[in-house]
Amino acid sequence: MELKRVVVTGLGALTPLGNNVADYWNGLANGVSGAAPITRFDASKFKTQFACEVKGYDPENYFDRKEARKMDLFSQFAMVVADEAVQDANLVEGNFDPDRVGVIWGSGIGGLRTFQEECVNFANGDGTPRFNPFFIPKMIADISAGHISIKYGFRGPNFVTVSACASATNAIIDTFNYIRLGMADVVVTGGSEAAVTEAGIGGFNALKALSERNDSPETASRPFDKDRDGFVLGEGAGALILEEYEHAKARGAKIYAEVIGGGMSADAYHITAPHPEGMGALNVMKNVLRDANIKPEEVDYINVHGTSTPLGDISEVKAIQTVFGDHAYKLNISSTKSMTGHLLGAAGAIEAIAAIMAIKNSLVPPTINHFTDDESFDAGLNFTFNKAQEREVKVALSNTFGFGGHNTSVLFRQFID
Amino acid sequence: MSEIAEKVKAIIIDKLGVEESEVTPEASFTNDLGADSLDTVELIMEFEKEFNVSIPDDQAENIATVGQAISYLEEHAK
Repeated sequence: MELKRVVVTGLGALTPLGNNVADYWNGLANGVSGAAPITRFDASKFKTQFACEVKGYDPENYFDRKEARKMDLFSQFAMVVADEAVQDANLVEGNFDPDRVGVIWGSGIGGLRTFQEECVNFANGDGTPRFNPFFIPKMIADISAGHISIKYGFRGPNFVTVSACASATNAIIDTFNYIRLGMADVVVTGGSEAAVTEAGIGGFNALKALSERNDSPETASRPFDKDRDGFVLGEGAGALILEEYEHAKARGAKIYAEVIGGGMSADAYHITAPHPEGMGALNVMKNVLRDANIKPEEVDYINVHGTSTPLGDISEVKAIQTVFGDHAYKLNISSTKSMTGHLLGAAGAIEAIAAIMAIKNSLVPPTINHFTDDESFDAGLNFTFNKAQEREVKVALSNTFGFGGHNTSVLFRQFID
Repeated sequence: MSEIAEKVKAIIIDKLGVEESEVTPEASFTNDLGADSLDTVELIMEFEKEFNVSIPDDQAENIATVGQAISYLEEHAK
C-alpha cells in the first residue's frame, strides 16, 4: 500500500520560556534561559534548588475551579497546549470526522504531585485509607489524552506513550505511523510533564542527574560546555496537530512542515547511563534517515537531546559524527535544553516545535551558556553556541533519548507541494 | 441554620464549584449540582473528614441531596 503524506498543521506550547508558541519561539531565538529558583515547593534542603518552571500560569485563566481540581498539573498543561494547537489548526466542527481524529500524547511520569500528596496524606493518617476518588484518574499518565478527547469529542485512536524523556517523540512517531497507514486523518500529539516536586527533584538528585549550580541557575544548563554538571529539570507541554496531507489540503489548512521519518532504537546497555559509544543514538539516527529515505547530507539542523550531562552529550556527538561523517561539520547542531531545561516526557514535543519553527523562520536557535570548550568535542562542529544563526533549514532532525535506553528521532522537512 | 448545615454547604460549594443559591435542601448532587459518581464519593469523604464520622457505603447511597446530607450529619456527627 502507498503511504500517505503527513503534515504539521497546528502547534501549541507552554514552556519555561513562554506560555504560547510565539513567546516560546521568541525566547528560543533570543537565547533566553528559563531557569530560576524553585517556587513550587520549599527546596532549601535539596541539592538542587532551581528548575525551569512555567511562569505566570494561573489555572483559572483556562479552567473553572472544579475542573482544575480534578486534573494534575501535567494534564492541565496538556489541555492548554492542545487548545492552542487545535485553534491554530482551525479544526472546527464540520471540517473533520471526529471518529478519524485521535490523541496520542506523551508523558514520562504523569501526576507526580498528585501521587506524592496522596501517599503523604495516607502516611500521616492513622492507617485509615482515605484516598481521594480522583487520585488514580489524576495521577495516571494516560489521562491527559483522555481529557483532550473528552473536551473536543475526538473519537479516533487515543493513548499515551511512556518512554521517559523520549515519550513525546514516541507519541509523534506513533502518530506519524497511524496517519501514513491511513488509520486516522488528524491526531493531536505532543507531551506534557510537571515533575518539579519534592519527589521529582529529590529523585533525580539521588541519581546525580541534575545540575547543582545553585549560585547561577540561568547558566546551569550548558550542554557541550566543559563545566556542565547535569541537566536542569523543566516542566510544561507542547502540542502538534499532525494531519494527512490531502485532508489538510481539502480544508485549506496552513502547513508548517512535513513529517518525513521516525526512528526508534534501544541501547540495551544500562538503565540510566548512555551507551559509551552512542550505539543506540547512532542506530536511531540511521533508522530515521532510512525511514525518510534521505541522505545524511540533506539534513541541515539537528536539535539534539543534549541534556548537559557529562556522559550523554559525548555519546550523542560521537554518534552524530559516525552517522554524518564529513557532513557533520556542515550541520547546525543545537540543544535548546540550554534554555528550556529538560521537560522529560514533554521534551520531544517542544523540541519538535523548535525544529519546525527553525524551518519556518530560517533561524537555528542557539545552545546558550557556552563558556569553556571541552576537548571531548571536535572543534570543527557547529553547536550554534550562544547566539541563534540564520540559515535556510530544509530538513531538521530532533533527537530524544530516555532512561531505560529508549532512543527516538524524528525528521521534519520544509513543505513543498 | 445549624453550624453543621453551614459547613455542609461550604463543602458542597467548594467541591462542586456551585453558587450558594443553588445549594438548597432539595438539591440533588447529581441531578441539580452537576456531580458525577466520583464527585459524590469525594463529597462523602469530605463529610467524614470534617465531621469525624465514618459513613458506611449502604448509608452513603441514601445521601443524594443537600438536605439528606445535613440531616444524616446532624444525627451522626460527633
